[in-house]
Amino acid sequence: MNFVAFRMLIGDRAKYLGLIFAVAFSTFLLENQTSIFANLMKRTGNQIGDVTDADIWVMDPQTRYFDETKALKDTDLPRVRGVEGIDYAVRLFKSNPVARTESGTFAACSVIGIDEATLAGAPRRMVLGDWHDLYKPNSIIIDKAGYLMLFPDQPLELGRVLELNDHRVTLVGISDAMPAFVSFPIVHARYSEALAFQGRQRQQLSFVLVRAKPGIDHDTLAARITSETGLKALTTDQFRAASMRYYLANTGIPVNFGITIAVATIVGLVVSGQTFYLFTVENLRQFGALKAIGVTNLRLLAMILLQAAVVWFVGTSFGTALTATFFNITLQKVATRHMVLLWESAAGVAVFMLIVVLISSAAGLRKVWKLEPAEVFR
Amino acid sequence: MNAETTTNAVHCSAIRKSFGSGETRTEVLRGIDFTASQGEMTFLVGPSGCGKTTLISIIAGLLTADEGHVSLFGEDLSALSPREQILFRRRNLGFVFQQYNLLPSLTAAENAAVPLLAAGMNRKTAVARASEMLDQLGLGHRVSAMPRVLSGGQQQRVALARALVHDPRLIVCDEPTAALDHKSGESVMNLLATSAVHPDRAVLVVTHDNRVFHFAHQIAHMDDGVITHVDQQALNSRLQSSPS
Repeated sequence: MNFVAFRMLIGDRAKYLGLIFAVAFSTFLLENQTSIFANLMKRTGNQIGDVTDADIWVMDPQTRYFDETKALKDTDLPRVRGVEGIDYAVRLFKSNPVARTESGTFAACSVIGIDEATLAGAPRRMVLGDWHDLYKPNSIIIDKAGYLMLFPDQPLELGRVLELNDHRVTLVGISDAMPAFVSFPIVHARYSEALAFQGRQRQQLSFVLVRAKPGIDHDTLAARITSETGLKALTTDQFRAASMRYYLANTGIPVNFGITIAVATIVGLVVSGQTFYLFTVENLRQFGALKAIGVTNLRLLAMILLQAAVVWFVGTSFGTALTATFFNITLQKVATRHMVLLWESAAGVAVFMLIVVLISSAAGLRKVWKLEPAEVFR
Repeated sequence: MNAETTTNAVHCSAIRKSFGSGETRTEVLRGIDFTASQGEMTFLVGPSGCGKTTLISIIAGLLTADEGHVSLFGEDLSALSPREQILFRRRNLGFVFQQYNLLPSLTAAENAAVPLLAAGMNRKTAVARASEMLDQLGLGHRVSAMPRVLSGGQQQRVALARALVHDPRLIVCDEPTAALDHKSGESVMNLLATSAVHPDRAVLVVTHDNRVFHFAHQIAHMDDGVITHVDQQALNSRLQSSPS
């Protein structure tokens, strides 16, 4: 009887396409919104993740996330270095000066000042140039998106000059930095030069980057630094998670996306559920005839579940393909670079849509189960 | 099994059936005694609302009587479990409905094959057997047609093929000619009389259509929930002489 169930499903093309569209549309909406939300949240920690030279980030106990720092004292660096288990510890300074090009284009930047001697914290994924060139005086590396923001419609080219708070600097590299939550150009410079861009401040050390000795557990070392120095020490993963939690708790983003996702969920439930339920109810007379002929309720259950499975599989596959196409297109745009359809989102939505289709089919199935076969004589 | 049950395909005694409760309770069948024999076509006739459809629903095991007994070919339906009733119905009964109730997305042959598929036969064999049945009913050239392109008479012939394909012992027809013009109705009844009536099988027809009464061996007249009288009649000479 499986083929009967399948033919009943696809026999009326308009109804079948309506069902597939409803499931595909809901899938697209949910995957799209959950993936954009997750990608945005991921961006809050991208600048932390880009620093591959650090296992542990040490900061003032009041610092809650990457973009808002309370400066450490210069004496904190040697205190951290004195903790057992550290391979090396270097400074990192973060500020937001304004960059201006010769043509007058300007933008606030996120400047990362890295250790003079080791260049620990320099970007490792380069589009153009070599990060070792930061050793040259008055040199900076800028990320590709920032370059395109400051030099729109111009080819990627090294040697360009720009001003950072009246300090003339030369571009020696273009990095492929992961996009940050705030769409500022990301500039890397040596520590002393980054300080100069920002101007005089009493305390200028934002973070101490720590590399653990081989074999030392990062969590244990972070706890030891905290206990011996009184400073906050977090592993890279912990710091990324803390930054994400800050944005989740202190911005309207989760609420906005939450509403959209809730609406998409309701649309998914109502549209897909209602369409599938009506499909079953409209075929009630046919199911009644099958019952009269001697098809058991269990067989009818299997037939409806088969129809549900086909609708779910085709609908979610089509919806996922649509979402993947959407992200493939937006991936080419600077503002939405690195935004992808997350497999977790696709899997979660697929499970959700399966539940929706099963609930809908269960509602229709209840009607079929209770249907008196004698109804076909009326 | 006594002599009566071997010749009686359907035997109903003291059947009562009510719907609703309290003040809205309506007694639809009020003590029906009824017999239909193998090898005969029995008509149940009467005005609308007299209980014909309720009675055939009970005979077919689709409804349960409040009181009384129904036996089909000597088997007491009330003694069977619900699952056994379904299996009994699947094996022994064929249905022809007023509105045909064909599945619109299946071809004529596939529709006719449904009882075989429900019994677990593989699709290819079932459709082949159904095609043979359609051929016997004069629809061999339309086995691949969808119901929507068939005329009412052709659709009823597909429904008849569906009722006969698994060689059941009792065919239950509910107003088989009601949706057809006189010519098509006559043609369907002819087919029913020639293809369905068989020494080991009984045909039970509920109808309003007095133009087809001459096909019946026996006519049970119903009114207000009881059988008022039964006419035994020989088939008219026109039917007996018609080619099969």
